[in-house]
Amino acid sequence: MNDLDLLTAITVFVLSVLVGVEVISKVPATLHTPLMSGSNSVHGIVVIGAMLIAAESHTWLGYVLAFVAMVFGGMNVVGGYAVTDRMLEMFRARPPETPKNEKAEV
Amino acid sequence: MDTVSNAVHYVFLATAVCFVLGLHLMNHPRTARRGNALSAGGMAVAIAATVWLVIHEGSITTTGWLVLVSGGLVGAALGLYAAREVKMTAMPQLVSVFNAVGGGAAALIAVNDLLQADDAAALGARVSLPGALDIVIGAVTFSGSLIAAGKLQGVVSGAPVVFPGARLLNVLLPASFVAGTVWLVLSPDSRTALYGLTAVALLFGVTMVLPIGGADMPVVIALLNAFTGSAVAMAGFVLDETALIIAGMLVSSSGGILTKLMADAMNRSVLNIVVGGFGTGDGAPAATGADGAPAQVRPVSADDVAIQLAYAGKVVFVPGYGLAAAQAQHELGDLAKLLTDHGVDVSYAVHPVAGRMPGHMNVLLAEANVPYTQLKEMDEVNPEFPQADVALVVGANDVTNPAARRPGNAISGMPILDVDKAKSVVVIKRSMGHGYAGIDNELYTNPRTGMFFTDAKRGLAELKAAVGEFVG
Repeated sequence: MNDLDLLTAITVFVLSVLVGVEVISKVPATLHTPLMSGSNSVHGIVVIGAMLIAAESHTWLGYVLAFVAMVFGGMNVVGGYAVTDRMLEMFRARPPETPKNEKAEV
Repeated sequence: MDTVSNAVHYVFLATAVCFVLGLHLMNHPRTARRGNALSAGGMAVAIAATVWLVIHEGSITTTGWLVLVSGGLVGAALGLYAAREVKMTAMPQLVSVFNAVGGGAAALIAVNDLLQADDAAALGARVSLPGALDIVIGAVTFSGSLIAAGKLQGVVSGAPVVFPGARLLNVLLPASFVAGTVWLVLSPDSRTALYGLTAVALLFGVTMVLPIGGADMPVVIALLNAFTGSAVAMAGFVLDETALIIAGMLVSSSGGILTKLMADAMNRSVLNIVVGGFGTGDGAPAATGADGAPAQVRPVSADDVAIQLAYAGKVVFVPGYGLAAAQAQHELGDLAKLLTDHGVDVSYAVHPVAGRMPGHMNVLLAEANVPYTQLKEMDEVNPEFPQADVALVVGANDVTNPAARRPGNAISGMPILDVDKAKSVVVIKRSMGHGYAGIDNELYTNPRTGMFFTDAKRGLAELKAAVGEFVG
């Protein structure tokens, strides 16, 4: 990897922080728990790293490390998205079964 | 880069776009679920593209495939099971565990990279520095998050665990980090440096979280979330994958923002919390007035409160963690629905730290079928208190104490809910016990405040029955 690539990587790093701050600041406090579990699943992208090391492994130690990383990463991705979806499904504008509902909003 | 590798990296770029747009859609409950689905879709495409890349490169062994597929399936099954079965009150523990596995996986990637390098000694600082940081941050997050989850679950004592020499250890360990990191960066082929650094980092995660009290967990979880993101970004530097850098830093900024919000809402600095020894969560003896005599409070009965509620135009509920601890959120939701159907304007004032993680109380209320239009944030609801006929406080304490507006006490300057500005206040509470701050709550001795001394779950059920008689 040459210097330009490193510079690109650092540029991506810095810009990602700025984009993150900008986007996340707009999330209302009401949704902070789903935000956290949702961003948790985003860092599940680490599973891609786990796949890449599994592909390069050729020793037993390497296989074991790759296996554990795959288990961790897989759990992170699937569990994270599933539980976030389960939570967000509960956030409704009005109760599920309402016979008469005339509440003032905002 | 060849064509396939190029194509795969364009897919990763699309995935990053999905992540950002997905997080952007989280800015409203109406669109949030779609945002999560978009983010998940991006992830699925990235994983598929990686499989393609691995096949194309062709260097993977049969055992490698076995490891990749079986590990992924086992992890996915565990994650899915946990996600389906977890109770909403246990959400902070689960998020902590996901922080742990994310950080752990990131650390393993760096460990593996340094072990597998054909000529590790020749690795430049370009790989060994992010590698060392990845191991340090990832391992600290892994053990620290597991301890945090243990504390939340009650497996590990929720009280700050302080042992002799703990402070000294917490100074020595970071010092050995710096030494270990420098050593590993200079000699990336040294196994002693690699294993030593990993061990020290794991140990530090434990000693960092153990002395932190249960009440400070919202901050700790958010902080560990930020750590995990950074560890994943470092793994991205090690592997030259910008997708990991982008995703990691998005998470890291999210964790950072939440950490700051939580610390501000608790009137503490992050450093102060991590240094620890506060927030034991133990109640103190009964309230006393300024002169030491028992403070005057006005006890009320279920019927008194029910009349007030039934004839109110606007009611604000103020739930705190005590509500969730008593598992009474469904009773509160039922009472609110009864009032709403009767034409009363009902809303919930949710303080940022009401719960065991950021936003926790909202999830608990949403589960009890409370519509999100009734969930109000602190800044949104505070101007509404003067119009409220009744403010009903259940399980919240320090965050309602008007003493915070004055200087010179434990909670001075803490942002609070302006409950005392309501026309009438009712507090459901078992006793006059103190909150985490350990000081008297001046709201309780306010002449407009009625104290309904009972257990939250039973009290709310009684209220619902009594209100039902008035409006039914």
